[in-house]
Amino acid sequence: MDDTKNILLVGVGGQGTLLASKLLTYGLMQAGYDVKMSEIHGMSQRGGDVSAHIRYGKKVHSSVIEKGSGDLLISFEQMEAYRWVPFMREDGTVIVNNQAIHPVAVLSGKANYHEDIIGELSKKINTKVLDARKEAEDLGNPRGTNMVLVGAAVKLLNLLNIDWKKAIAANVKPQFVEPNMKTFERGLSLV
Amino acid sequence: MEKILEKNLEQKAEQLVKEIMQDKILMSGDEALARGAYEAGVLFASAYPGTPSTEIMESLAKYDEIHAEWAPNEKIAFEAAAGASIGGVRAMASMKHVGVNLAADPLMTFAYIGVNGGMVLISCDEPGMHSSQNEQDNRTFAHFAKVPLFEPSNSQECLDMVKEAFDHSEKYDTPVIIRVTTRVCHSKSLVQTGERIEPPIKEYVKNIQKTLPVPVFSRGRRKLIEERFKELAEYSEKTHLNYIEPSNTKVGVIASGMCINFAKEVFGEAASYLKLGYTNPLPENLLKEFYSQVDKVYVIEENDPIMQNWIERLGYEVIGKPTFLPYGEMTPDVIRHAVYGDKLPVQEINEEILVHRPPNLCSGCPHRGFFFELSKKARKHDTVIAGDIGCYTLGFGEPYATMDYVVCMGSAFSAAHGTQKAFEAAGRENTKVVGVMGDSTFFHTGMNSLIEVLYNGNDVICVILDNRTTGMTGQQENPGSGRNIKMQDTPDIDIETVVKSLGAKNVARINPNNLKEVRETLDKAYATNEPYVIITDWPCALKPMGEKDYEKYGKDLFKKRYTVVEEKCIGCEACIKVGCPAIAMIKEGKELVNKKGQVATIDETCVGCDICAQVCPTQAIQFSAELSKLLDGASKQKKPDFFN
Repeated sequence: MDDTKNILLVGVGGQGTLLASKLLTYGLMQAGYDVKMSEIHGMSQRGGDVSAHIRYGKKVHSSVIEKGSGDLLISFEQMEAYRWVPFMREDGTVIVNNQAIHPVAVLSGKANYHEDIIGELSKKINTKVLDARKEAEDLGNPRGTNMVLVGAAVKLLNLLNIDWKKAIAANVKPQFVEPNMKTFERGLSLV
Repeated sequence: MEKILEKNLEQKAEQLVKEIMQDKILMSGDEALARGAYEAGVLFASAYPGTPSTEIMESLAKYDEIHAEWAPNEKIAFEAAAGASIGGVRAMASMKHVGVNLAADPLMTFAYIGVNGGMVLISCDEPGMHSSQNEQDNRTFAHFAKVPLFEPSNSQECLDMVKEAFDHSEKYDTPVIIRVTTRVCHSKSLVQTGERIEPPIKEYVKNIQKTLPVPVFSRGRRKLIEERFKELAEYSEKTHLNYIEPSNTKVGVIASGMCINFAKEVFGEAASYLKLGYTNPLPENLLKEFYSQVDKVYVIEENDPIMQNWIERLGYEVIGKPTFLPYGEMTPDVIRHAVYGDKLPVQEINEEILVHRPPNLCSGCPHRGFFFELSKKARKHDTVIAGDIGCYTLGFGEPYATMDYVVCMGSAFSAAHGTQKAFEAAGRENTKVVGVMGDSTFFHTGMNSLIEVLYNGNDVICVILDNRTTGMTGQQENPGSGRNIKMQDTPDIDIETVVKSLGAKNVARINPNNLKEVRETLDKAYATNEPYVIITDWPCALKPMGEKDYEKYGKDLFKKRYTVVEEKCIGCEACIKVGCPAIAMIKEGKELVNKKGQVATIDETCVGCDICAQVCPTQAIQFSAELSKLLDGASKQKKPDFFN
């Protein structure tokens, strides 16, 4: 149980968070790990926050990550990264996509979106900021933000021995395998 | 040709998945429950959508061999399955926990009747209320109805137990309940699938002593239930679903469902376990054996102390509630804290800078125009609004605040009626009471709710927000949408015709995106001292559109984009007040534009509902042919993540 690693993927509905978690799960299974994955959606569909928990190791029982035990947090959005910090170990790492998606309360002027969330985040935890959306756009694949983040995560988790192309090919249409690999590799190179 | 090619490519991807999974399949609990039903030879399955149960029927609908359907509500789903069972086939009904409240009526008596073909009810409970209004513990229904209860703890068990449950149902002549929770439904793990069996369809033979519960027959069946329960208790002792995992002799843990996984995470090998997959009735001899092996016993269960009460009644000492909270999920951190008093070190964050991200109405949501005008009206005229359950419940939030209370599915009109009568008694005659529900909710139980208003008459305004789909649970078809779960055409039941045939005299069917029309209709409804029915008629922006939709609502339906002409924008924020997630104000670098130093901007999720343009006092928001074309007619609004 002690060898179990905990990865949290969080974002805003529609960002591709759950596809990313599926890919990671497939890759980890290929490597022979016992993997448990859990999603929370439902009300989160309407532009609310989305989260997926992945736990892997020799033998994993619970599919749910408890507060204070996260090893890696992959956040598709700044505020969401900050929201999930309590789930992380002190020596855990956050990969955060440098994007701010304003909740309706901010859009309607009822709340402020803190101007330096990344700064606040860095004070708490080891933080790696990626312009994942921009990197994906550079490669002509604006929907590839999630792949950039997955690539970075794979590098940080030291899971380079896994055939990730296979995991991708099992999850996306054939014509999207190459573009997704490109963005994935870009992610690898960023951390 | 293209189709064949696509099919080939799909098969290739499938092959890869098989390779990765070593012939197992990664499945959620819901998918595995559906697969189990398929393998068990189910021929009839009925459900009403509701988180976390929805994906069971969506998965089942993919099998051609099975008649899968969305029923108008859970009671009907259960009744239809009961009827199919009587007719001789294996039948299943699935629903979220609160749905069983409706289905309780047929359940209680079908427990007396028993089955012909096997019959299974799947109840998806929500400890922690991730997207529900309460966290009722539906294991109680199994005790209440005196029927067997299965509780799988992972996807493989979901598949296996459905198959076991059907055999069990037929062997013991009883409907069976399978109870799962959100974490079982929505967690994914590897599953070994099997082949479908096709048990012969049982002959229907008229037998009214069994199937017609008039008192004289029911009294006989009532005794049989007690006999049956004794047999079930024997099964509970010997089934492979209940077993001891011996380890440490000091501590024992008894748990079922997802709780066993949570417990193992905390106790590991420091405890022995009694793992229960079959929990009504409990295996009393096995409990005795377990108690003889360990010094003290924790019973870990979410919500109510159901197993605890049973075990204590047998005279054993239990550490259960209140050591463990009677509410919320028994996740490892909760168990750890309750047992050891400690928690993992958690880093505090500054809550003040955290902005919550509640769900909101999507860009282009047809409820927006109606709620926007209703909120304006309600500010001028004292109004109490009874809401209901669906996307439109979100109308309670800012900037609309157009909801005072919600009781349950289908309650809006009947509850509004009661409130209005109370206000009459209180002399509060200047308050208007409005009930609001959606189309799927109207077909669910809202029709009866409307009948209450029309029959016992008063001047309640009854609003049916018809967005042509079941929105909140992910755009499922319903009796008004013109298609069934297998996307075949059906007669679409026209709400206006239904309402009028019930006797409603004042009925207005309006386009909710036309603010003037909404405003004028509300004015008229407020001024009428009779029941007034308003039907707003515009599709959900996320719904899969069919030819019929484009015919009815226009070829450019959701294919338009709007833009802000910055020179005309005065930064007044009128557009912001409609609460659309596509609109924001930009302040940076725009100081010179106008006095307010800000201009509006519209993002790529815009689908051209036109509402912001109607409220703009300077016509700064305009249709953009250029942007619309750029998008090639497709909105950038993505489907909710879950559906990716």
